Amino acid sequence: MGPFGKTIIPLTMLKREKFIIILTALLALLPLSQSRFYIFLGTDILIMGLFAMSLNLLLGYTGLVSFGHAAYFGIGAYTCALLMKKAGIIFPLAFIGAMVAGVLGALIIGFFCVRLTKIYFAMLTLAFSQIVWAIVFKWNSLTGGDTGLIGIDFPAYLDSSVRFYYFTLVVVAVSLGLLQRIVNSPFGRILTTIRENPERTEFIGVNVKLYQLIAFMISGLFAAISGALFGIFNHSLFPDLLYWPQSAEVLIMSLLGGIYSFFGPLVGATIILYMRMLVTSYTQYWPFIMGTILAFLLFFFPGGIVGFLREKKVFKWPK
Amino acid sequence: MAEMILTVENIKKSFDGFVAVNEVSLSVKKGEICSIIGPNGAGKTTLFNLITGHIPADSGRVTFKGIDISKMPPHKICRLGMGRSFQRTNIFPRLTVFQNIQAALVAHRGMGLNFFKMVDPLFRQETAEILERVGLKEFSETMSGSLSYGYQKQLELGIALASNPELLLLDEPTAGMSAQETRQTIALIEKISREKGLTLLFTEHDMEVVFSIAERILVLHQGKLIAEGTPEEIKQNKEVQKVYLGEGR
Amino acid sequence: MPDPSFLLIQSLSGLTYAMFLFLIASGLSLIFGILRVLNFAHGSFYMLGAYLTYQFVSYFVNNPTGFWIAVLFSSIAIALLGGLIERLFLSRLYIREELNQLLFTYALVLILGDLAKIVWGTGQLSIPRPQILKGAVKIMDQYFPEYNIFIICLGFGIAFFFWIILNRTRWGRIIRAAALDREMLNALGVNVTKLFTVVFIIGSWLAGLGGALVAPIAAIVPGMDVEIIINVFIVVVIGGLGSFWGTLLGALVLGQVISFGILILPRLAIVFIYILMTIVLITRPWGLLGKPLSR
Repeated sequence: MGPFGKTIIPLTMLKREKFIIILTALLALLPLSQSRFYIFLGTDILIMGLFAMSLNLLLGYTGLVSFGHAAYFGIGAYTCALLMKKAGIIFPLAFIGAMVAGVLGALIIGFFCVRLTKIYFAMLTLAFSQIVWAIVFKWNSLTGGDTGLIGIDFPAYLDSSVRFYYFTLVVVAVSLGLLQRIVNSPFGRILTTIRENPERTEFIGVNVKLYQLIAFMISGLFAAISGALFGIFNHSLFPDLLYWPQSAEVLIMSLLGGIYSFFGPLVGATIILYMRMLVTSYTQYWPFIMGTILAFLLFFFPGGIVGFLREKKVFKWPK
Repeated sequence: MAEMILTVENIKKSFDGFVAVNEVSLSVKKGEICSIIGPNGAGKTTLFNLITGHIPADSGRVTFKGIDISKMPPHKICRLGMGRSFQRTNIFPRLTVFQNIQAALVAHRGMGLNFFKMVDPLFRQETAEILERVGLKEFSETMSGSLSYGYQKQLELGIALASNPELLLLDEPTAGMSAQETRQTIALIEKISREKGLTLLFTEHDMEVVFSIAERILVLHQGKLIAEGTPEEIKQNKEVQKVYLGEGR
Repeated sequence: MPDPSFLLIQSLSGLTYAMFLFLIASGLSLIFGILRVLNFAHGSFYMLGAYLTYQFVSYFVNNPTGFWIAVLFSSIAIALLGGLIERLFLSRLYIREELNQLLFTYALVLILGDLAKIVWGTGQLSIPRPQILKGAVKIMDQYFPEYNIFIICLGFGIAFFFWIILNRTRWGRIIRAAALDREMLNALGVNVTKLFTVVFIIGSWLAGLGGALVAPIAAIVPGMDVEIIINVFIVVVIGGLGSFWGTLLGALVLGQVISFGILILPRLAIVFIYILMTIVLITRPWGLLGKPLSR
């Protein structure tokens, strides 16, 4: 997957950071459109974009295909919401609680998963994710089970869609900034060597399993953050968001955008969410459309949208 | 008594009943250039995998620099000072040649768990030196996956060298190479090992290569060590001749 | 202490469900063993088998053998669908990394799932059991449907039939060899492309057959594809991906676990099967009868 006959044009750090700042500034202007629709869509895209990018740390950078990423999203979402609603804890602490839960979940699950490779790894991530789903689904008294956890209100000082949008923007921008740093760090580079050749990486003195586990935990952290944001944004949570098709959807978003580029998954999330909004206003058969997009993608755009644009040198896309 | 950098004692490994390595014992002197030869299926690569910790031995012991490494994981063995190249080229295809070597340096210098520095400016000088030494300077920014086979093997050597090993295990370093490439590679390997006082243990099929640079040769056949000695001794060894009837170039 | 005849019936129910799992799982395992593709869409083939059977049965309403004709037609139709998908689409992805093939099968799940909704709507459909198997048999002092007994016997019959093919025929030997070393087969002159298509067709046929046979006793409804595929994954994990007897064993185990799990711990049964899958993957990833993982 992905071409390597061409030399990839490396952009300097400065240009990349400039890009994030410009993007953030543009997004900051979004609410001026006064459109509830765009504010809603914007928040959704930011949240799911972060979720997809957290997965991509595992998928595109470390080469680990996780079929159970929805677990950390769900853990983050339910932890934050439950701490606020049932334990009466204030939002900032509940948010931190969600992050801790996400990292712990990733630590426990990851510990077992990194011992396996390829299909078995994927199966185990799926199995664990289904356990988490099943627990949330069945523990009616705590999570509301199938009927869901409803009535999750905006926290006191973020009590409007616009305010929450800005909050989400800041959180996501900071998260992406951190992810950017990690990915361009020595640790991030070793992750890519693990992706390219785990056996070889062992023999340059790297404890591959440890690094994979750390990547797992970082990934879980950011997924949990996006989950926590989602719970409040959506004002309700249902066990559905832990069921495996959710994990598949975020995989598709990453692939659509391009897993070998930093912003790829964010692009993918934007396209999927925007298309879903369009399609569902005309028909209920969104899965059919998404399946077709996925198939199309696999056959004609193996590098995702960003990969395609890079190939065509349409414009220099930051890595 | 010269210092033994590597000792293998009675190492044995079976796969599903098939004995791949049958109680092999050997030792390698520090600074020596030693070669393991044997027909296909003799167990050379398995023996290497046992030494480097990639697969666990059923019985026996491996000692490196006086330390028992029999149960050590590969990355720890590497950190002790053992380097290795693999039979099928093992590089990082979607990274540039430069990044391949740089990554090895990053890992070796213990910077792997650094999350916040930028990786690009690290070790640029040393990486360039290694590239120069293995003759890949002009390919610095090329995607390593697009290099020709011969250059990839050179890169592999470079990656192995970046970990500053004391003992270098090379699994068929000239496999698939033309006569010219082979000569170049061997000259390179010899030069580097002399420069850095490296101990070299390599497997080979090309007898010309073996007899030209090996100081000592070990012959493996069906998992057993059947002969050991200087190139002259091995050439005259009846057992070896029997085994190799028709083999070699 | 529950009544022993009741326990027996529960066990037989578990056995019945196990047979369906076995049919689908053996197809999945076969495809995975030879093509190295984990076919997510196998549950979709099962579902379409059920829907098509419903459709054909509605054409043969007054014919007492209508059901059997429907089973024949729909399973063959699914087999052909599988063949077409493999030939036209899946085969083009073989040179790519495995993830691509996997995701394509998932794309199929999405597409086929909605296709079923478009054609048959979102309501629950059902068909009656076939005339000759309408009754129930008295076992101890409980009644157990004749149809289910038929399924159990058929399941074992098919298992035996496949065992004979795999172990006593040339094609069987080729299939077993392909599971071990595909490149070698090419060198031996076997048309590997054709083999892949044939294997995919057989695998799809098994799933379609499973769906066709389940039509009289289960709810034919959207979502049955997703629901069954997860259980099928658990079966092949427990039994061992690529192992024939492992698939049967895994199916039998899971069938009983689900049957009694719902009885003993209704709320935790569903968690338990995933925990079982997790435990197997952690302690013995190659399942009960699979081959230990090579590096």
